[in-house]
Formats: sequence, C-alpha cells, structure tokens
Amino acid sequence: MEAAVQGESAVEVQDLVKTYPKAEGNAVDGVSFTIRRGEIFGLLGPNGAGKTTLVGVLTTAVQPSSGAVRIAGADIADALRVKPRIAVLPQTNNLDRSLKAREVLTYHAAYHGVPKAEREARADRLLAELGLADRAKEKVPRYSGGMAQRLMLARALMHDPDVLFLDEPTNNLDPQSRYFLWDRIRELNERGVTIVLTTHDMNEAEQLCDRVAVVDHGKVLVLDTPDELKKIIPGGGLLELHAALPGGAPAATDAAADGADPTLAEGPAADLLRRLRALDAKQVEPLATDGDGESGIARFRLFSDDAGALVPAVIEAVAQEGAQVRDLRLSTPSLEDVFIHLTGRNLRP
Amino acid sequence: MTAAVTTTTRPLPAGTSKLAMTAFWAILRRDILVTARGFVAFLIQAFMQPLLYLYVFGVVLPKIGIAVPGYGGLLLPGIVTLTVFLASVQGIMLPLALDLGFTREIDDRLLAPTPVGAIVLEKVLFATLRGLISAAILFPLAYWILGDEYLVQSGSIPLMAVLIVLTAVLGSALGLVFGTVVPSEHIALAFAALFTPMLFTGCLQYPWASLHSLPVFRVITLFNPLTYSAEGLRYAMVPLSENGAHTPSLAIGWVLVGLIGFAALFFMLGLRSFKSRAIR
Ligand SMILES: Nc1ncnc2c1ncn2[C@@H]1O[C@H](COP(=O)(O)OP(=O)(O)O)[C@@H](O)[C@H]1O
Ligand SMILES: [Mg+2]
Repeated sequence: MEAAVQGESAVEVQDLVKTYPKAEGNAVDGVSFTIRRGEIFGLLGPNGAGKTTLVGVLTTAVQPSSGAVRIAGADIADALRVKPRIAVLPQTNNLDRSLKAREVLTYHAAYHGVPKAEREARADRLLAELGLADRAKEKVPRYSGGMAQRLMLARALMHDPDVLFLDEPTNNLDPQSRYFLWDRIRELNERGVTIVLTTHDMNEAEQLCDRVAVVDHGKVLVLDTPDELKKIIPGGGLLELHAALPGGAPAATDAAADGADPTLAEGPAADLLRRLRALDAKQVEPLATDGDGESGIARFRLFSDDAGALVPAVIEAVAQEGAQVRDLRLSTPSLEDVFIHLTGRNLRP
Repeated sequence: MTAAVTTTTRPLPAGTSKLAMTAFWAILRRDILVTARGFVAFLIQAFMQPLLYLYVFGVVLPKIGIAVPGYGGLLLPGIVTLTVFLASVQGIMLPLALDLGFTREIDDRLLAPTPVGAIVLEKVLFATLRGLISAAILFPLAYWILGDEYLVQSGSIPLMAVLIVLTAVLGSALGLVFGTVVPSEHIALAFAALFTPMLFTGCLQYPWASLHSLPVFRVITLFNPLTYSAEGLRYAMVPLSENGAHTPSLAIGWVLVGLIGFAALFFMLGLRSFKSRAIR
C-alpha cells in the first residue's frame, strides 16, 4: 500500500488530533493532508491556529493524541527513522547558548552521525553562505535575532535533511533578511528538499508556496495552490468600499461578516448594504471593523468577475443613501481575502 | 518491515542503533566540553564547601580541643559523600532545568536520532562522571589538609569505589528529578529548602551508631539517602580497631540496599518526569 504513495509523498497526515493536557479543545483538531516530495508547502493561519503544534507533531516533539503521520514513508512513532530525515527551524531561538556558533553546527552534525571531516567542511560552507563566517567563533548569546535565525537555518541543514520544517521563519525579520531567507528556501527546494513552512503572512504563502493549507482553530479549511484558492472567492475581482454614513451614524458592522447580522437590519448601514446587494455583484459582504474601524465608516466587499464595471453603480448607491465614499479599492483577490472570506476574520495578528 | 519502508527512500546513513550510539557519545562530548570550559567554576562549586569543612571540623576543632583527636578520620567519609553527591547534583540539576526551560535548548538534542531515554542516560552518566572526578581530586586535597588526622584504611578500596560510584549515581538521579520538576528560576530555592537539610541529617558529620541518645533523629536519618553513603564509606575507610573490627556503622548490607534503592527510585521518577517535559 505504502510503496505506491511513498514515491511522491514526503509527509502523510491522517485524522491527526492533538489535545494538550488540561487544555480545553484540541490544538490540532482532526487534520488530514499529504505533502508531496519536493514541494514547498505552506500552513497559513492566524496565531493560535495550531501551526506550531502541527509542526511539533510532524517533527516528533509533540505526542499526537490520535491519528497517523508518516514522514518519508516511516511512521512518526518510529522516531529513530524519522529524525535523520527531518530538520526544523523553530519559531523561537533554541540555540545551545553554551556553545560557540560554529560548534552549534558541528555538534548538531555530530549528533546526527556526520563524520568529522565532513561536518567541519559543511559548517564552514554554511557559515560562509549565510554570511556568518566572521562571527563563527562567537558565543551564541551574542547573536542578534536575525543572525540567530540564520545560524538555526545552517544548523538545520548540517545533516542534509529530506524535509525541512520552518515555523514562521520570517516573522520578526526585516524585509532584506526576509528576501534573503526566501531565496535560500527556493534554492534548497531546487536541490530537492521538501519544504514545509508555517506563516501568517499571506504574501509569503503566495510568493513561496506551491500549495497552501489554510488552518484555523486546529482545522484545515482548504488546501490548494494559491491560484486555485483565490478562485474560492466568488468572481475574479474585488471591490472594497469604505463609506461615511450620513450624520456619522454608527456603522454597526462589527461581527457582521456573516452577512446576516441582526444589527445591520436597521439603519443607514443596512440600507446601504441592501442597495449594494441589488447591484450586479456575485456577492456582497459587510466587513467586521476589528475594533480599529473609524466610527461612522461602514466597509463592504463586492465580488465580481468585472469589479471595475461596478464602480459607477456603487458610487451612485452611496450617494442615494446620503453617504460619502471614503475609499474605493479595486483588487484581484489575495490569500488574505480568501481567509477573510472563509472565516469572516482578518488574519493579521 | 524495515526493507519495505526504506525501499523507495534514501537509505539511512547507518543502522539506527549505531546512529543512536554515535549521537549518545556526541551529546556526552558536548557536556564534557562545556564543563571543561568552566573548569574553574566547577572546582569552586565542587570543593569550596568540603575543603572548608575538612579544615574547620577536621583540623581546627580537634586542635583547639573541641572535637576529639581522630574526629577527622570519622568526618572524612562524610565529606567524600558530600563532595561526590554535590558534584553530581550540580552536574545535572541546573543544566537540565535550563535546557528544559523557556528557551528549550534541549530540543536540538531531542531531535538527534537517539531515544529520549538515551538522552536521560547521557545526563546521568555525565553527572556521575563529575562526581567521580571530584572524588579523585578530593582525596589528595584531604590528605594535604588533614595531615595527621588523615586516617584511612586501605583494606576496603574496592568497596569504597563501589560506594563512591553509587553515591554519584544517587546524586545524578536526584538531580535528574529536581532538574525536570523544578523550574530554573526556583533552583536556588530548591537547593536551600531541600539540600541544606539533607546535608545535616545524612550522618555526614557524625556516625549513625553514636545517635542512641537521639532516637527520633536517628530514625529520621534513615530516610536520608546520604546516611547510607556516609555510613558505608565510614565502614570502608575508618581504620580498623586493634582486634581487626570495622568502626561501628549501619550494616553494609543495608547500606547497599539503601543506596541502590534510593538511586533506582529517583532514576525512575526522573526518567518519567523528563519524558513528560521533553515530549509535549
Ligand atoms: N505546550 C502547550 N500546552 C498547552 N497548550 C498549548 C501548548 N502549546 C500551544 N498550546 C495551545 O494550542 C493552541 C495552538 O497553538 P500553536 O500551535 O502554538 O498555534 P500557532 O503556532 O498557530 O500560533 C493554542 O490555543 C495554544 O494556546
Ligand atoms: Mg506558532
């Protein structure tokens, strides 16, 4: 049974559940997916979605409560077979602070049985590639966040893993370091390393990943290529409207993203929504204000194949309602829009 | 099964058990390197207290007539216990608490292709070695400090060696328990609350046989694993009487039962606690 699947799959997850002791609810709540060999696979979700837990289970650091995981054909319970093939770039710095930077690399390789001459050579090569050669003899606590990140990447590569897990690798990086890391990830992938990365950055998932699983509350909501995911949105185009309501009336669109919110039933925001729904759009959604919305500003999204064509009608609808257009944006849907569409919430932390 | 699983994947670099051994030794080398770097700190930690003890109690008190001459000979076995025990505890407790703490430095080693139990064994082996090295350093220093008061019989050296190894394992196992249970910020507190009373109720400074007039205290000392070590070493080290008898002490059979029993108990507890901390 496995032999056929194994050829292409790097990671197979089936009905995986993780419940932490004494926790309410499941951190990972019945998840199944397969990651193909050689792909860059993204786990996209907000904080607390269960990404780190999922990576923990896939890398033998977290004990699953139920379900099955196979990495490169080996059952995760058979940890001694799995560990040589995987490597992790963790979300937080867990470098061995008692060692010097270069020793972090050589000892890591020694733990993995890489012969001495080879680990010395690899350490030097990786330190040079990641721009750490001149800081190699320093103790780890003196490393800045970005340097520690690069050192952890070098460490992960010291034993030549088949599957590399990166947990929010670019979260705290400046843009330059972020692009540097993206390049390294693409390079590794070209050399045949399967990449599994978690992120809450839509742009990152879109730019980097072959396929993306959108996770929320421990569940995979959808899994597909970024292009296919965008097609989930009704219509290929998107028009976002911010309108100032007459007399500064409360927008009352909080938590209204499901479109049927009772607070919208009355008042100018509801009237405007009804007008917009009468237009030729595939779908119209009021947006939650997330608490940061200006009072008196109502926000809506109109989905359509040709969103541009809606502009005059939208402006007219706003005027008829006695409201004012504050912002009107045309865009092609991004993964962020997909997330908002699926959950009614914004993804930003 | 093995063959079926690996047919379509890259073969492992070596058999998993060989790889696990390689990882084990590399992790041990890492701990030795870190200790060697802080060797002066190790010396201060391990010897400051025992050497001052030896000088004040073994030399000063007998010289000024507060302690009987020959007290140094009765004290030295207790100081060996103290030194070996502390050196072992210190070799594992705080390092482990830090490794398992907020920064989770242990994670890189947990990802090494070796079983979790082997990582625990490595920690215990390393701390035991630390205890043994401290014993090897202590004896010449004691000889030099105690002078005439250095009275050790050489007939029971194998027994002494066994007792010292068991004491080191005991300290490592107890350090394992506390290093995995107590968060690193509370280690100093745990040390004061737990180890200080242990060092005073463990028959280090007085022979157990001499406690007749304090029956309650005498029973209390039996719950302290250090009693078994100190009494065993007293039996092995204190010069024989003129008719060839050992100094009065706990029976050597009970000493071995006590040491092995406590060490095994602490090791099992520590192993369980480590596993629950290591794999969430
Ligand atoms: N060690 C732990 N013990 C108990 N609960 C945890 C632990 N780690 C994470 N959680 C909980 O599990 C859920 C998922 O967390 P996490 O996997 O860290 O999500 P993410 O990485 O997507 O932010 C959260 O509700 C979090 O509070
Ligand atoms: Mg996380």
